[in-house]
Amino acid sequence: MPASKRPPIAEELIRQYVGIIPHVAELGMETMHAARGMAIMKLPYQGRLVGNPENGVIHGGAVTTLIDTVCGLAVITAPDEPSRVATLDLRIDYLRPATPLRDLYARAEVYKLTRHVAFLRAEAYEDDPRDLVAAATGTFMFVRRNAARKGLAKP
Amino acid sequence: MSASPPSLAEMVRAAREAGDMNRFIEAIPYARFLGISASAEGGVLTARLASSDKIIGNPALPAIHGGVVGAFLETTAILQLLWTLDSVRIPKTITITIDYLRSAGAHETFARAEVTKLGSRVANVRAYAWQADIAKPVSSANANFLITPANEEPNG
Repeated sequence: MPASKRPPIAEELIRQYVGIIPHVAELGMETMHAARGMAIMKLPYQGRLVGNPENGVIHGGAVTTLIDTVCGLAVITAPDEPSRVATLDLRIDYLRPATPLRDLYARAEVYKLTRHVAFLRAEAYEDDPRDLVAAATGTFMFVRRNAARKGLAKP
Repeated sequence: MSASPPSLAEMVRAAREAGDMNRFIEAIPYARFLGISASAEGGVLTARLASSDKIIGNPALPAIHGGVVGAFLETTAILQLLWTLDSVRIPKTITITIDYLRSAGAHETFARAEVTKLGSRVANVRAYAWQADIAKPVSSANANFLITPANEEPNG
């Protein structure tokens, strides 16, 4: 199905994504771009995310959270019928420390979609998408059985 | 004479001497923000993640955000290394792989870690987190850290 013919539910999900996840709303993350199976999000720099107070570098866990979140958005927009998803695993390579005071961006892409599993690659960076802070791969499960009952797929 | 704030290395030393890793955790803004603390009963380090609305990822279940669970496991692994090693330098995470085993409900969460291999430059650590039942882990992680041998530290 071409992107223009997608059910409106996907557009609604993209718009609501940040607001319906309390931790993501708390951190002030923003969706910069979202398309079928692909998303870019921003995590604004903030002092409470610092892992090393001597140099102001944010904690690796905050990078993990940004990557998990952007992967989730790429996953829910990937299939024809939106459904609940659950992270199965996530591997993150920390290539260099994030630069203090700079906002962090992450881009995720579903590179293989099956009925039950989505396989993703994701990257985190600041100003230059080629100068990576972290690179990641993840797998997510679709939980279709509960999709109608658990809320996310409500019309 | 105004004393400069204690360095992280001094805090690691103080935490080790007191047998209380909270002295170090309190210096880390992100650990404070998430609500992480630690105990060392019987010499076994156990980290605790307090339950709070701000760490929820799925309000329908409700469940803790997967990124927060990953961050908690990474922090637990670092605490275990600082508890075990002689070095006072903070280990640098090279890679971490997180397996999500069960949904982590909106309850307090605990975690422990084990150093599986300690090399001269790299340490491999396994960590796992649970809630009500330690036999039913909600998540586990395997991570590699870059470490600094104690004899190569600038101040011994």
